[in-house]
Amino acid sequence: MTKEEALFNYCLRLGDSSLILGQRMSEWCSNGPIIEEDIALTNIALDLIGQARTMLTYAGQLEGKGRTEDDFAYKRNEREFYNTLLSERPNGHFGDTTIRNFLHSAYYYHLFKVLSNSKDEMIAAHSVKSLKEVTYHLRHSAEWVVRLGDGTEESHQKVQKSFNDLWEYTGDLFEMNKVDELLIKEGIAVDLNDVKKEWLKTINEVLDRATLSKPEDAYMHSGRLNAIHSEYLGHLLAEMQFLPRAYPDAKW
Amino acid sequence: MEDVKKLEEFQAKIDAEIKIEPKDWMPEDYRKHLQRQISQHAHSEVIGMQPEGNWISRAPSLRAKVVLLAKIQDEAGHGQYLYAAAETLGKSRDEYIEELQTEKAKYSSIFNYPTLSWADMGAVGWLVDGAAIVNQVSLQRTSYGPYSRAMVRICKEESFHQRQGYEIIAHMAQGTPEQKEMAQDALNRFWWPSLMMFGPHDSDSPNMGNGVKWKIKRETNDELRQKFIDKTVQQAEVIGLTIPDPDLKWNEEKGHYDFGEIDWDEFWNVVKGNGPCNKQRLQHHIKAHEDGKWVREAANAYAQKQKNKQLVA
Repeated sequence: MTKEEALFNYCLRLGDSSLILGQRMSEWCSNGPIIEEDIALTNIALDLIGQARTMLTYAGQLEGKGRTEDDFAYKRNEREFYNTLLSERPNGHFGDTTIRNFLHSAYYYHLFKVLSNSKDEMIAAHSVKSLKEVTYHLRHSAEWVVRLGDGTEESHQKVQKSFNDLWEYTGDLFEMNKVDELLIKEGIAVDLNDVKKEWLKTINEVLDRATLSKPEDAYMHSGRLNAIHSEYLGHLLAEMQFLPRAYPDAKW
Repeated sequence: MEDVKKLEEFQAKIDAEIKIEPKDWMPEDYRKHLQRQISQHAHSEVIGMQPEGNWISRAPSLRAKVVLLAKIQDEAGHGQYLYAAAETLGKSRDEYIEELQTEKAKYSSIFNYPTLSWADMGAVGWLVDGAAIVNQVSLQRTSYGPYSRAMVRICKEESFHQRQGYEIIAHMAQGTPEQKEMAQDALNRFWWPSLMMFGPHDSDSPNMGNGVKWKIKRETNDELRQKFIDKTVQQAEVIGLTIPDPDLKWNEEKGHYDFGEIDWDEFWNVVKGNGPCNKQRLQHHIKAHEDGKWVREAANAYAQKQKNKQLVA
């Protein structure tokens, strides 16, 4: 594997996770508990899809075969997507979405923080810009975790269950393979074990404020690195990719 | 006697183009008229998120997805802004929303039509927002201060939406034969309902009342409809689409387009709840509201706990 090939895959990981989570967030449009929240959730969707566009465009440049952001988004199949398993989890109720976003935003926050010093200029610039956005996403979701955790008995139970249900997808966030190994040596990528330590601190601190308890570390699913996904991703893609697949000659 | 004097002063202000502000005295009918109109406008923004939201997940490019998302986000912001303006008239957002959900309040009937293809995202922006702008530009001069200011802000964003919608449909009209067909079909389906957005003929309009005298409404339904038609016909021609009205013809003498008779039976049917999506739109809104109940309760409970803590400290 060359450095370019590794970096190409790394960009797909970042781009795909943002894209899939952004697609999920956009499903909240007109479904939020209050208008202000509808606006906040679509705002997050907008940021994430913007991030995806930057990374997928960069992936295309690295690959050098003329593929665009839309080719990557609309013309790949499940087994070619490298997004986190967490990002594709269905929205569920507002508490499920809040916890998923919180876990993912905290991951992105600590990841982009260190990637801001990446030796790859594009990755560094992307991380600096994205960090500003995910700082807000993290604050927004963490505030809701606290409100729901320390709100009513019902909300506490609901959101504790969301935590317990989603926890088993968090191990996947920090798995690494040869791509990471190679890029860490080049000073481009970062050791996700270090990111995990910081991530855990954030999780524990917010859980504490929210009077919630951290789920037991049990079995963790994995799949991201090998593009192995849940069944949910296929349906998400079928919907998202419908028009370009149905009308391959059309330009929109 | 007191009221007669107040009413005279009120009318004098209106005549002098001085805006009425929330704390000013106003006739009860003026207040009611505005509560009805502004809340209806707010509900329209919020319900209007649904037909466009229907295509976010299927937007055909990432750019298109971002543009559509941002647009719908603007609509939500307009709703929020208009509810705030309506609240200055002494009724809470919750009360207005309850009126919507119990069908005591209405929203624009245009949103009871389904969005069936991506070209509809173009048609909605071009025609529906286009029609809304004609009305809203006029409302910038409405006599109630908060409503007028809301309109100034909203108009800026709406004209941007209208251009985005036109861009989508223009692009498709010049695309593959299938895309062109979708574009024409969208125009065919949305043309007449867009004309209906201005409401019944002036002679049949039940809500006019003192609206013109009080300068809530600055131009009549028919005047606004004519303006919309006059500016839209050429836009269709430029992109090679045909407006589905065989009677549409430039009238040199009047300096306006003549157009065919609107199907008012259809209009009243949709107003009465029999449009293709009336039930769906309302059920969607009610479901989101009910699904969010526990979230709002939790937020209130948390806020109350924080307040109590502060009191203790």
